[in-house]
Amino acid sequence: MSGNHASEQGEHHDGTTKWFMTVWVVLLVLTAVEVFLAYIHLPVGLMLTILLGLSIAKAAMIIAYFMHLRYERFSLVLTLIPMWMMCTLLMLVIFPDSFRIQEWGWPR
Amino acid sequence: MSTIEADGVGTSVWDGGVSPFGIPSKKLSMWLFIISDALTFTALLMAYSYLRVSSKDWPMAFHFYPSIVVSTVMTLFLLTSSITMVFAVSAAQQGRMAASFKWIWATVGGGVAFLLLHANEWRTLIDEGLRTNSNPWGNPLFGATFFTITGLHMLHVTIGVVALIVISLGYKSGKYPADYVEITGLYWHFVDLVWMFVFPLIYLLSVAPSGAAH
Repeated sequence: MSGNHASEQGEHHDGTTKWFMTVWVVLLVLTAVEVFLAYIHLPVGLMLTILLGLSIAKAAMIIAYFMHLRYERFSLVLTLIPMWMMCTLLMLVIFPDSFRIQEWGWPR
Repeated sequence: MSTIEADGVGTSVWDGGVSPFGIPSKKLSMWLFIISDALTFTALLMAYSYLRVSSKDWPMAFHFYPSIVVSTVMTLFLLTSSITMVFAVSAAQQGRMAASFKWIWATVGGGVAFLLLHANEWRTLIDEGLRTNSNPWGNPLFGATFFTITGLHMLHVTIGVVALIVISLGYKSGKYPADYVEITGLYWHFVDLVWMFVFPLIYLLSVAPSGAAH
């Protein structure tokens, strides 16, 4: 663990300021791409897929670099991320019901 | 980063470890809070998506100007306040207190700019007739989901701004260690992260068709 810490301190030297700025620029560019996509007329399903994909990529970059999760122990990643994914997938179980409502209308 | 050197060396994680994740307990608590809060937003966004998919007349309410332009600028402010927070944390970890203090306040500035623009955006939409239970364009649930999700996010930004101010003052006066800056930084990045989903899902998927009347 002490070894980890030595390398972690190393990550914070001047070289990484440039790296963080790179991440920031990429995040801005991806945002610009998203806004652009909103104005070319894609089928809504495709558009949703691309937008969600870009958002997840942006979220991953924020978590990995800005929130430093990449530099933490992997056990922390394994504790946090699957926890979120599991609950999210459980919530998704009810989602297909919305297509039924779209077809048949709200129950009266 | 600094308080755990003595713990856990040679202790197996599977024996419980002294500090199984190798981070201070406050930081672990913040991570756990962030995951649970992320699930709150996930649930809200999923409820919104559910209502939207099941609706035939979901309003496409956001015009290029002001809504999309302003919300893009808001995204820029929030992302920029995240990078200034990164600099604040790394300055605090290197013991450069004055620099860290300055960067925290740059972050606060970004947060306040976001809030002012967002409040103005709300006012524009309210002037156009958007309410939580009705709107002139279509499905009345649009307003309920819009105000709930963006409102909860604004509340998070507001709390983040207040927390950053408190932490920056305490850190400067020597009351709080540098760790606190990092832990508050985690929260701030999380607020930014949530917006990365709110912005495309709420705004970009509801842009008004070009040429549509106001």
